[in-house]
Order: sequence, then C-alpha cells, then structure tokens
Amino acid sequence: MSITRLVFNEIRHRKLNFVLTILSVTIAVGCLTGAQTLLRSDEVQTDDILAAKKTEVEAAVAERVKTVEEAGKAHQDFVRKEMLKLGFNILILPEEQDVSELLLHGRLTATMPESYVDKLAQSSVMTVNHLLPTVVKRVDVEHGGTKFDVVLQGTRGEVPILNRGQKKMLLAAVPPGSVVIGSEVQKKLGLKKADTLTILGEDFTVATINKPTGSIDDVTVWIDLKQAQKLLGMENLINTIFALECGCVGDRLAQIRAEVSALLPGTQIVEEEAKALTRAESRAKAEEAAIQALADEKAAGEATLRRTEETRIDIEDRNAGLAGVLVPLVMLGCALWIGFLAFGNVRERQSEIGILRAIGLSSKQILTLFLSRTLLTGIVGGVVGCLLGLQFGLQFGAAESLGITVSRLFEDGDLKLLVILAPILAVVFSAIASWLPAMMAAKQDPAVVLQE
Amino acid sequence: MTEILDLQKVCKTYRGRSGEVRAVDGVSLSLDAGEFVAVRGPSGCGKSTLLLLSGGLLAPDSGDVTVAGEEPYLMSTDARSRFRAANIGFVFQQFHLVPYLSVLENVLAPSIANKTAAADETLTRARSLVVHFGLEDRIDHVPGELSSGERQRTALARALLNQPKLLLADEPTGNLDEENAELVLTHLGEFAASGGAVLLVTHDASAAARASRTVFLDSGKVVTDDAATAS
Repeated sequence: MSITRLVFNEIRHRKLNFVLTILSVTIAVGCLTGAQTLLRSDEVQTDDILAAKKTEVEAAVAERVKTVEEAGKAHQDFVRKEMLKLGFNILILPEEQDVSELLLHGRLTATMPESYVDKLAQSSVMTVNHLLPTVVKRVDVEHGGTKFDVVLQGTRGEVPILNRGQKKMLLAAVPPGSVVIGSEVQKKLGLKKADTLTILGEDFTVATINKPTGSIDDVTVWIDLKQAQKLLGMENLINTIFALECGCVGDRLAQIRAEVSALLPGTQIVEEEAKALTRAESRAKAEEAAIQALADEKAAGEATLRRTEETRIDIEDRNAGLAGVLVPLVMLGCALWIGFLAFGNVRERQSEIGILRAIGLSSKQILTLFLSRTLLTGIVGGVVGCLLGLQFGLQFGAAESLGITVSRLFEDGDLKLLVILAPILAVVFSAIASWLPAMMAAKQDPAVVLQE
Repeated sequence: MTEILDLQKVCKTYRGRSGEVRAVDGVSLSLDAGEFVAVRGPSGCGKSTLLLLSGGLLAPDSGDVTVAGEEPYLMSTDARSRFRAANIGFVFQQFHLVPYLSVLENVLAPSIANKTAAADETLTRARSLVVHFGLEDRIDHVPGELSSGERQRTALARALLNQPKLLLADEPTGNLDEENAELVLTHLGEFAASGGAVLLVTHDASAAARASRTVFLDSGKVVTDDAATAS
C-alpha cells in the first residue's frame, strides 16, 4: 500500500471533484496561453503587415523612379528635338557681321572661310556639338511661273567633331540637286515632292517638305552647301557656323566664347541664351519635380508605414491591456474555485484524514496525499490547457487564415518558454490555490475528528 | 507480566466558550499484556478522552502516559505517529474506513505508515486477517458495499495488521447487531489472549462483561477498578 495508491483510488472515487479541478486549471492555463498566443499572433501579423507594406512602398518608389527616369529621358529627347526645331544654340559669325542686321532683317552679309568649321571639328573643344556650316541669303525662287522670296540656306550637314564619339545626327546633308523646303514655300508655290524648283536659275528637285514650325524655317529652302556657294559666288566661304546643343548654360557661355575665339580669331558668337536657359531650366525643373515626386512618394510611403505601425501598436496595446486585466481575473477566479474545491475535498475527507493520522500517517504524508493530487491536476490541466490555449490562440488570432505557422509563433522565445513551463506553472498555480486546504488537512487534529 | 499501558495521574481539560470541562481528572490506570479492560461510565464521563490519551492522539495537560515502556508525548509528532503505527491499534464505533479503498486495501492502510515488514509479508498477513475475520468474499469490496458487521471486522483487521501491543476500542459494538457484536468482542478477547492488551470503552454492560477487568469512570475520575472474570 502506498500514498500513490491512495491518491489514484481517491481520484477514481471522487471523479467530479477531480475533473472540476482539472477544468479550472485548464481554464486558467488555457486563458494564459491563449492570450499569449493571441498577442504573439498579433505581433507576427504586425510584422507581416509592415513587411508587406514596406515592400509595397519600396515597389511603388522603384516604379516611380523608373517612371521618372523614363519621363526624364523622354523629356530630354523632346527638348533636344524641340531645340532643333527652335533653331541653334549658338551662331559663330564673322567679326564684321552686323548682329543688328541679323536680328532686324535676318541678313548675313559677312563671310568667313569654310575651313573654320573643319578647324573647329578637328580641335579639342569640348563645349560645342553638332557643327553646321551654312551660307544664308534671301533670294527669289520660282515654280510654274510664280516667284517667292525665301531664305536660302546652303548646308553640308553636320561636320563630325573628330575628338568625340559619333553622335546621332540632328540634321542630315541635302544631296546635290535636291532641295528641302519649308511649309510656307510649299504652300505659296504649290509644290509637292519631286517637283522642280528654280533657284537663281538652276533647277532643284523637291526632296522633302518640312512641317510648319511657325518660324523662319517655314520660308526657308535648303540645298547642298557647294551648290549654294557656287550659285552665290561664295566658293569656300560661309556666313555662319551653327553649333547645336552646346551645353551653354549660365556661366559656361563665357567659356565657350573663350574656347571658340582662341581657335577662330576674327569671329564672334551670338548665343540664343533664352532658349538654352529655358531648356536648362526645363531640365532642372523636371529634375526637381522628379526629385520632389520621389521624395513625396517616399514620404507618403513612410507616412503610410508609420500610420500602419501606429494602428497595429494601438491594436496590440489594446489587446495586451485587455489580456492584462482579463487573464489575471480569470486566473484569480480559477484559483479561488480550485481552493474551494480543495477545501470541499478536505471537508469531505475529514474522517479519512483522522483515521489515517490515528493509524500512524504523519502530517507530511497527509500533505503529500493532497499535494500529489494537486500535482496531477496541475500536470493534466497544464498540458490540456496549454494545448487548448494554443489552439484557441491560433484559431481566433487569425493566424491560420493569414498563413502564420506555429513555428513562426514559436520564434518568440517567451511563448516557447511559456508552453514548456505551462505544466510546471499549472502545478505551482494549483499548489498555491489548494495549499491552504492541504495545510488544513495536514494540521487536522485526529483526536477532534475521531471524537465527532 | 509486561506492562503495556500505564497512565499516572492523567488530567485533560477542554476549554471552550462556555467554560472549562475537566474530561479526565487524575486518572491512573495500568494494563498488562494479555489484559482485556473495559472502561464504563455515563455519557460525557471522559471514556473516549481517556482512550485518545492512551492512544497518543491527545496530549494530557498533566500526568504521564507510558505505552509499551515509552512515553509517546515526549516524542516529536512524526515519531509519535510512527510509534502509534507500530504499537497501537484503533477500533471505533463509526468504523472510520477509507471509503474508496477495498477491504484488503483498508486492512493494508497502516502499512503506509509502518514499513518495518516486507511488502509481500504485509500483504500475506493482510490476506490472512481478511480470512480470519470472515471477509474473504468481500476482499475487493469498498466499505459502501459492506454491512456494519463486515465494516467493523474490516476495521478490526486493520487495527491488527501491524501486530500492535495495545488495542483501543471505542464503542466497537455500538452500531452492530448482537451477533456481530459478539463476534467482535470474541476477536478482542482473542487478541488479549494472544498477549496483547485491550482497552475497551463502552457503556454496554454485556460488552464490558467480556473484559477481564472493568473500570468505572464518572466526571473524569476512576470510581471503581475491579477485576472480573472473563466469560
């Protein structure tokens, strides 16, 4: 015969009391574990939501960067083409050219050697691009007996700058015998492609008709430079060199001037500053807008993240606060109930305790008898409560629906420790709750019981 | 003869809200081995208190209690428990059986406290006691399934498991019919005859008549202590 035998026989005899005690321990431990699992589930959910949000924001910013870069490239290309339509960035003119005559009447009367453009092209000058040597004169052209006053431009196309990589040509050369005409010329003379246009007595075939630009280009015709020089009696001479896309922004104009003047003495430079600045400003503004858009996107993303985080923290705090009140209350209630059940058990077993003491069991053995029962209720209630609490937490913490695995929850050491320690905690909890009744049983005076 | 129980000028007073009650007042009593002593007296005369004092369950206010040559009240609580398990057997009117243990397990219960004998030996002795008291058909029954006589015989078998020197019986026949009462008294007599000492507390004259000696108590004092011939 042993204490263990007594314990198990008593449990079989008083099943209801035992089951109710286990139930109380189960509820207490289940409540604690469930609450912790719920809170942990909240944390994992927060981590996932914030990670997803962060990825979303990063993707949006990356997308924005891509859009801005593409838009920037498109804008640059647009500006480049627009600058071609608008005219030239700088004009290199002979020194004796009256600029006011050019500005007022569009006339270029002074000349300089065509070799200047080659000199410039072969130099190491870095500030100019796309060199275009040109002769310019206002002449009458004729088609079908109708005459029209136009600006004749003789051009040989772009002269490649030797010290640079080959750039995309902005303006192609006009083949000898062909003419490119502006839209107004076409309109006035009723020209169409392949028609013949007579310029200074020589016939040219219309190769290209330009679209209207609303500028002097609409009343301009372009022919091969050599032919133009011959027609105008200006062999090996030119009126101007157009330099396109000079990068002539702000103070750099002075640098261009200095560079070109050093190479080509006896020339002057007229810059179309407003256009350059417009382009530069446009670029700068586009860049600023892009930077601002990116910053706004990032700020908006960060604000969204911050708001999400704050909302989640609020939810977590609220849940933790609720659990902080409810769990101790439930545990206290369970402890009182366990104590009540243990007290009832002691009361019911008074006679038994009395006789066991009378036949020689010590108070320690009586205490062991009751605490062994407590140990069993604690272990069973602890394990069952822990499992039910985990299940509850997983089910109601939306962990399953969100795909949060148990292993994710257990990444947190506290929950793992709680689950490992749950049966021990349950035993301690149960022992504390039933300690007083057990002590009462152990200290019970057998003489008093046996006299009743 | 070996003296088993010796009470010398033992006093016990209960103190309650309604005042003091002197339950035992200077009682001196000795029991030798083989003696069967009945203590009689009116209700409240201190019979049961005297039995508890003798059994090491209730410390006297004054006087000396010696059981089997030792003074249990000079021992620690745990040592006294062990001493009680080894030397004293109890039988009560209310049986005080453990309700969730079978007859055999109830008989074996004192072995939890007294581990001097091997488990097999104890089990054999318990079974022989069960047979001796005619309970072999009820060996696996719990007290709730037994008659009063069977319960008391189970209690008696339990009291004898550890082969005590002193058997204390408090109104053991109080809840029994004549036949079972006779049976129990016979067993008590047998125990005394085998060398043990029996102190039987009873107000039943016929039960007391089975004792070798009867002590009359009144208001906690021994009124008479006469030797009688066992029937």
